[in-house]
Amino acid sequence: MNAISTTMPPPELQWKLPARGRVGMYALIAAEAAIFTIFVVAYLFYIGKSLSGPRPRDVLSPPIFYTVCLLSSSLTMHLAGMRLRGGKVPSFGAWLLLTITLGSVFLYGTASEWHRLIYEDGLTITTNLFGTTYYSLVGLHGFHVVMGLLGLTTVMLFTILGAVRQEHGERIEVLSLYWHFVDAVWVMVFTVVYVIGR
Amino acid sequence: MSTESMAWPSTTAESRPFIDQLHEWATTVDHKRLGILYIVYALVFLVIGGIEATVIRIQLIRPHNNFVSPQVFNRMFTMHGTTMIFFVVMPVLFGFANYLIPLMIGARDMAFPRLNAFSFWMTAFGGLLLYFSLVGANGLYGAGNAPDVGWFAYAPLTSQTFSLGHSTDFWTLALLVSGFGSIGTAINIVATILCLRCPGMTLAKMPLFAWLNLVMAGLVILAVSPLTAAQIMLLLDRYLGAHFFDTQAGGSAVIWMHFFWIFGHPEVYVLVLPAFAFASEIIPVFSRKPIFGYPVMVGATVAIGFISMSVWAHHMFTVGMGATVNTFFVISTMAIAVPTGIKIFNWLATMWGGKIEFKTPMLFCIAFLFQFLVAGLTGVMMSAAPFDWQLGNSYFVVAHFHYVIVGGILFTLFAAFYYWFPKMSGKMYSERLGKLHFWLFLIGFHLTFDFMHIPGLLGMPRRIYTYEPGRGWDTWNLIVTVGVFFQAAGILVFLGNLIWSYYRGETAGDDPWDAWTLEWSTNSPPPAYNFASIPEVKSRRPLWDLKHTDDPDWKYE
Amino acid sequence: MQSRGSTKWHPRGSQILVCVCCTAAAFADPAPPLSPTNIFAPASTPAKSIFGLSLFVLAVTGAIFLIVFTLLLYSVVKFRKRKSDDGREPPQVYGSNQVELAWTIIPILIVLALFMATARVIASVQKQARLDNAIEVVAIGHQFWWEYRYPGFGVVTANELHVPVSDDHHPTPTFIKLLSADTDHSFWVPRLAGKTDLIPNHPNSMWIDPHEAGVYLGQCAQYCGTQHAKMLLRVYVQPRADFDRWIQGQRQSATESSAASQGQRIFETTSCIKCHTVAGTVANGHFGPDLTHLMSRETIAAGAAKNTPENLRQWILNPDAIKPGSLMPAMQLSDQDLDALTAYLGTLR
Repeated sequence: MNAISTTMPPPELQWKLPARGRVGMYALIAAEAAIFTIFVVAYLFYIGKSLSGPRPRDVLSPPIFYTVCLLSSSLTMHLAGMRLRGGKVPSFGAWLLLTITLGSVFLYGTASEWHRLIYEDGLTITTNLFGTTYYSLVGLHGFHVVMGLLGLTTVMLFTILGAVRQEHGERIEVLSLYWHFVDAVWVMVFTVVYVIGR
Repeated sequence: MSTESMAWPSTTAESRPFIDQLHEWATTVDHKRLGILYIVYALVFLVIGGIEATVIRIQLIRPHNNFVSPQVFNRMFTMHGTTMIFFVVMPVLFGFANYLIPLMIGARDMAFPRLNAFSFWMTAFGGLLLYFSLVGANGLYGAGNAPDVGWFAYAPLTSQTFSLGHSTDFWTLALLVSGFGSIGTAINIVATILCLRCPGMTLAKMPLFAWLNLVMAGLVILAVSPLTAAQIMLLLDRYLGAHFFDTQAGGSAVIWMHFFWIFGHPEVYVLVLPAFAFASEIIPVFSRKPIFGYPVMVGATVAIGFISMSVWAHHMFTVGMGATVNTFFVISTMAIAVPTGIKIFNWLATMWGGKIEFKTPMLFCIAFLFQFLVAGLTGVMMSAAPFDWQLGNSYFVVAHFHYVIVGGILFTLFAAFYYWFPKMSGKMYSERLGKLHFWLFLIGFHLTFDFMHIPGLLGMPRRIYTYEPGRGWDTWNLIVTVGVFFQAAGILVFLGNLIWSYYRGETAGDDPWDAWTLEWSTNSPPPAYNFASIPEVKSRRPLWDLKHTDDPDWKYE
Repeated sequence: MQSRGSTKWHPRGSQILVCVCCTAAAFADPAPPLSPTNIFAPASTPAKSIFGLSLFVLAVTGAIFLIVFTLLLYSVVKFRKRKSDDGREPPQVYGSNQVELAWTIIPILIVLALFMATARVIASVQKQARLDNAIEVVAIGHQFWWEYRYPGFGVVTANELHVPVSDDHHPTPTFIKLLSADTDHSFWVPRLAGKTDLIPNHPNSMWIDPHEAGVYLGQCAQYCGTQHAKMLLRVYVQPRADFDRWIQGQRQSATESSAASQGQRIFETTSCIKCHTVAGTVANGHFGPDLTHLMSRETIAAGAAKNTPENLRQWILNPDAIKPGSLMPAMQLSDQDLDALTAYLGTLR
């Protein structure tokens, strides 16, 4: 006895459950958000508690340009997704490429800031509590940008090879959720590090 | 996909070579097989963790004993705790969840079968990594001795200064890796339950087993992540010279405690909610009544999930957090006793007016009810912070949490094993051996853990490899150790029963318990595709409706 | 397979019950003492406040236990399936809102009562104001021994804490500031107070006002490494006059004694002075206990052994024999040197 049909549901009673890709991605985002929260808490807790060494206000300047790049990349990603759902694959590819470029520019910005901090200001992860919490929080975020870019680049490759079609719109939407999350985390990190912490 | 039953490798001679069968198991993405892999893995580590506990108890059988050195003892209790929580209880619960959830909600598999396999192998690798630390030739690079910092690894004991060598790193990495596996499984459970229920099964109609595992998965997602973060911080401290927990640089040892217990407290609810799930499925069937107060049970579960995220610092009452903070955590901890108590009352009401059958699964569930009551009440005692200033970090705490984990969770786990063994294997276990296991283990459990409360009340702290005579602790420690051997005997009978019955048990049939949830509607063991056609349900007990067409549940719910 | 319908006795339930009653009765019995570290034999106000709260909590939880236990037992006996069962299913009851409301409201009320009692005791212990004539002690936890400083008296000692008896009419409590030199520890003398942790970079404080003279025992209660188990506590509560005499003794520098000067020479030319202090000599190390008045203590190695010449000699020769994993290195000395050194230490009263 395998089937438990009683009666068929009436035609207007649709059985519609959420898509598993989206739910899975939201769950992953929740887990990642919890990890970031702990690093943010550590950052906030240790503000002003360094025993020595450069202070945030001495060495930090808000990376406005790079932030604009990263946040715009969310917009371009959203536009890319819309193009794909509308069936315009080449246009999707173009917006996707722009998103990857903007994300990469952001990473370059982080790298150059770190280069300056290490070689000119003498701030490393071992210097003091500020160094520890700064590099770990910004670094964790940067790591997630790298992960996101890897995913986006993979899709870019598939697009170039002609494997991406309109019906993949939902999957791209799931990936772009991750990218939006990475950007939202940057808003939080920016506020904590460059606004509150200074 | 094969249309034959696919569960265990077949006992009859098959033409398929052993290496092919092994390959099938190693590459499976089927939720039933992965469930069994998790369960068998956990049973192996249960024996190992039990041996560690036995070593601990033999060392403590009398004062100034010399069975093992302090260094070995400290490794034993660290490994025992870490093994039991991360490589026994969590995997076995994930195993049952993986096996049963799709069957209970009328789905063909979990939402992400490959993620499922990945999660299992991550967890398995984590366990092997932890035990690799024992491989101890001094010349072997990276290996040394097992971790000895306690399962909670307080800073600054875990810094390079106080924890030389790599043992702490093995602890950290093993849990980091298995943590990724746990989060993967949790994501899978959430997506499966929210997205793959069969037609008609609204959230209000799904079995309590699914509800409890859903909340458990939510807790894993929110609670294991802080541990992951803390461990990354610890690794940064140990290897990149960071100062998260470096008190010499102004860092805080207390912040490790906060991060750890923000994980650690919800973790114990991760462990106990699936135990509640087992009880909520088994007690109704053997009382021949539906679960009493289903909506309230769901509400209480969700309440427990939320409140459990706000009680963590009751593990830190002695740390010096100040009166206001202590008082907050008193009220939040006492608050969680309310929905937990409600659950006990609802199980009681389920049995009330029923026709209770004392089969082995029910025996374990009944013992669970009495024991969980005691465990909860000792928890309430410790929630009164000043009382905890005496009881905390003593053997009273050890007795309390073993009462929950062994007396509560392990007992319902045994019940679950006996209850679903016929479904998973197609064979019936031996009821006589089951009852023998029950009585042996019950006696051993109470000898050990009832009397363990007393040394705590008489001032015996935890994690000590020996103790002074003349403190009044000697006799109690002796009794506690004696109980271990009864428990070991019970476990041996249990394992013997499983193995013997798998090969020689009577055929069980689809529905040996006359139960009411969807897993009993398919074959034992279920085919790879679970159901010939996806069922449609109208109530919480679809099989009751089918068996009682004159009196179906959906008329009353 | 049929289920047996005979009466099911639950020894586990009554076993627990008998346990609880007997041990509660035994605990409350003040003489002869069940244990020198019995939390139910308080001798100081913080421990007494906790004891009072614990009785209330035990009464409430005990009552809940009895009621629910009885109901569970009753249901399992009364509603078991009989041999003469007709095979029909019992009435299928799905729930009852009134019952659910009742067993939600009543526990909430119980929780409120417990909470209020608890909050009061937290405040009374943690918010105790310092008295002017209180004795101030700074306790510093080390792996695996206790350092005590009396800043008001200029005294530094180790492992055996001396405090004066406190009288209810003229209280002289002792306030202890808790610090750590390395990792986490916890100060637990059950008869005097609840435990409070010693955490590096996180000073804590506690207070005691013991009402009866005597020696009170305890030990470190937070895992701190290999020899956590032998970081024992001894608190000597003395009449005020005796306490003052002890303080005076501790304030003296080490007395010179020509007979033991060879031992002193060995002490001062080996690495002993790198870790230990003997006031009035060149020995000024801070890693290990202050030895100026070593002979005024009853035990050595934080309670791990009695303070006898044989034990002292053994300790210097091979600490691992007494306390394996302690941080004192084995001093590679010849038998003669060892004897001389032990004799010298014997003069440090």
